[in-house]
Amino acid sequence: MADVDITSQTMDGMGPHGTKVGLLRVLGPAHVWALGVGIVLVGEYMGWNFAVGKGGAYAALIACWFAGILYSCVAMIDSEVTSTVASAGGQYTQAKHIIGPLMAFNVGLYLVFAYTMLEAANAITAGYLFSVVATMTGHEEALDQRPFIILVIMFLAWLNYRGVLATLTFNLVITAIAFLAIIVLFLSTSGVLGTGIMEHAALFEGHELPYGWIGVLAAMHFGLWYYLGIEGTTQAAEEVRSPARALPFGTLAGIMTLLIAATLTWYVCSGVLPWEFLGDGVNGSVAPLFDTARLSGSTALVWLLGFGTLFATLASANGCINDASRAWFAMGRDKYLPGWFGAVHPKYRTPYRAIVFLVPIALIFALGAPLDQVITFSILSGLLGYTFMPLNIILFRRKWPLETIKRGYEHPFHPIPAITLLTLCGVTFFAVFLGYGTQLVAMIGFYIVVSLWFHFWRYRFVNRGAQFTMPWPKPRGY
Amino acid sequence: MDLWNWLEYGAWGLSALFGLHMLMDWLKTDSSYSEDVLTSSREGELEAMAEEHKGR
Repeated sequence: MADVDITSQTMDGMGPHGTKVGLLRVLGPAHVWALGVGIVLVGEYMGWNFAVGKGGAYAALIACWFAGILYSCVAMIDSEVTSTVASAGGQYTQAKHIIGPLMAFNVGLYLVFAYTMLEAANAITAGYLFSVVATMTGHEEALDQRPFIILVIMFLAWLNYRGVLATLTFNLVITAIAFLAIIVLFLSTSGVLGTGIMEHAALFEGHELPYGWIGVLAAMHFGLWYYLGIEGTTQAAEEVRSPARALPFGTLAGIMTLLIAATLTWYVCSGVLPWEFLGDGVNGSVAPLFDTARLSGSTALVWLLGFGTLFATLASANGCINDASRAWFAMGRDKYLPGWFGAVHPKYRTPYRAIVFLVPIALIFALGAPLDQVITFSILSGLLGYTFMPLNIILFRRKWPLETIKRGYEHPFHPIPAITLLTLCGVTFFAVFLGYGTQLVAMIGFYIVVSLWFHFWRYRFVNRGAQFTMPWPKPRGY
Repeated sequence: MDLWNWLEYGAWGLSALFGLHMLMDWLKTDSSYSEDVLTSSREGELEAMAEEHKGR
């Protein structure tokens, strides 16, 4: 019998500690799904195809599936831990409770950097999409993309400021449309409905693995792009009505959706676009699903995939603002950052100071940094976060075995998913090192410097006792 | 000036409106409530509050 039942209707792992104004519990599993899939789905619309450039179409498929295994492990591990740590901050809060303050500080920064950079990358992409539409509709001068980039960030920040329910309901609608657009494109071009236009055999002949197996390894870097951000579902933990049920359900439904979307995306794009064009995401196919729709000859598909691309971009930026602000807010609340950031809006019940504070940071990156660098720093921060997860779950199971805390979800075959995840992270670090070694070293150097700052200065301000409020039993061995 | 030039101006204007709305509301909120209330949130608190509310 578990000592603490966090699936209980009356507890959910929570206890009173004097909150006068807090985040609002209004979300359901569909919102959790929309948050996770919404952040990621833009990776199906653009970005994943750089994997084709690294190693050919088959390499991109192998990377898609191995990255799929990596993220399935992430989703399972996250689902178990977060169903017991039902609090804003996601992996930051997990690290705080399970490993310790220095790990938590680092994980919190990984999250904020990964999501803020991704938000900036999405805004840049949205600006680019507006310029493409302007050109297609006969605008002769080069469109000034800056007002559209700024509008995307300001509008979505405003939406997030005004309340989480409207924010994630908006994400649910546009993410569902973007996902359905991929399904409709697959049905229309593969021969299921009408005549198919797939030419896999002809396009692959003689180009099966153009750079051999090292190309497959290099493709792993961009294989992450199919799923990067699904772990963001955990940031909704303090705002879902039933964390122990909704978080695992939404997260696991999300990874299943993405495995389907990723495989269908690879299938339709690689069967229509030549690999040299598909693999060049700068001068060739910037938005492969949209390009596939254009080659289908159907105006309806062009419009559908055009809106799908824009919606996926907006959903991703929207989810990123939600997640980065929750992580920043949670760190402020525990005084890992100035406590001023731990404020909640008394009317809208959102972490409004964290939301507004991150707006100029996103704008600086969106207007002043190149897209590929922004994306690379986002991927690297995400990858550092994934490397923490296997250590986290191993320690969690060791300190609080299954019989001591009842989970909302228990992931199967422990510790195989943790070991698999750690191995795949190692492989991906090597793949990233092959292409972006300098950035990898610079990023790790940055985290070492901020860790020293935290250890020798900032830690004295942390709420050492007050930060642990969940009624967990004493960890085994302490 | 074609439609897209007008849309550029529209995007600048809307961005300013959203930004100003957030800033004004932020200032109003900070001046209307004490810092103790605004930063009183603690992890894990809300579920208990919700249950308390249901029990009434």
